Amino acid sequence: MPSNDERWLDAEAGPVVRPYALTQGRTRHAGASFDLVATVMATQAVIRDPGSLAPEHMSVLQLARAPTTVADIASDVDLPLGVVRIILADLRELGLVAIRTPVVMAERIDKHTLREVLNGLRGL
Amino acid sequence: MDYGVSDPASGNPRTSSQYRAIKILLAGGFGVGKTTLVGAVSEIRPLRTEEPLTEGSLRTDSTVGVEGKTTTTVAMDFGRISLRSDLVLYLFGTPGQQRFWFMWDELAIGALGAVVLADTRRLADSFPAIDYFERRAIPFIVALNCFDGARRYDKEDVRMALDLEPEMPIVLCDARSKESAKEVLIALVEHVLITASEEPLSGIA
Repeated sequence: MPSNDERWLDAEAGPVVRPYALTQGRTRHAGASFDLVATVMATQAVIRDPGSLAPEHMSVLQLARAPTTVADIASDVDLPLGVVRIILADLRELGLVAIRTPVVMAERIDKHTLREVLNGLRGL
Repeated sequence: MDYGVSDPASGNPRTSSQYRAIKILLAGGFGVGKTTLVGAVSEIRPLRTEEPLTEGSLRTDSTVGVEGKTTTTVAMDFGRISLRSDLVLYLFGTPGQQRFWFMWDELAIGALGAVVLADTRRLADSFPAIDYFERRAIPFIVALNCFDGARRYDKEDVRMALDLEPEMPIVLCDARSKESAKEVLIALVEHVLITASEEPLSGIA
């Protein structure tokens, strides 16, 4: 069995190779980790140099023009979550997206928000 | 490459600061109706995730012919309920098999709370989920999915069988019904509100 420390995928990894080719084989992203429901938002209305980005990076960036979440983006682009996290981390490093930890991560959800959720559910 | 000024904190009128995404977990044994409930009350969305095969899963998954395979694809769904444009609930059905518990840890961080969906014919299937949330002090309620033909148990019998505290809400539901699924979520949020009220203020000795 290969060592657990070895995260590079090889040819025997089968179909996972193709999505991870988008990430140059990386299976872990750089920088701070982010939650499934972390909010993602493009920081610039216009991309100055779209040719420098891979199509998948551009797709993710397009989806983030309005506030969205990591989970929503992964579902929309139909790529594995791990790949989407790496793409998002790349875009963050380039300063093209801001990724915000949900408020609820930092502290317990406040009562005001809980009541808003309750009212929202009752109104469905 | 010129990406220009890219300070996300300044100069951008479109802000994500008001967008609130709130997680609710839905747990329970395999086939208990988690996906049905999520689908009844929300827009269901597919998600693919790839996870390293653990030693434990290597024992249970046949890896004959793919000995070099070190990750496995886990397909999961989540539900999305827009309560308002800036307030969105995300329902994550936690994979039932015990070998996916590593995913629960990520899902549980910051979650509003959890619903343990139980089938009275297989109550024991919900023990692991109940243990998990109790140990991590994650507020949860139990929802009994009343399948057609399922024997109707008395709630208090179920409470005893599951060894639940007297104040723990147990609700009966039909996972196929939007109204019923909605009532389950309302019961959870009400429970979390009550629990939050009872907690002493932090920082006060």
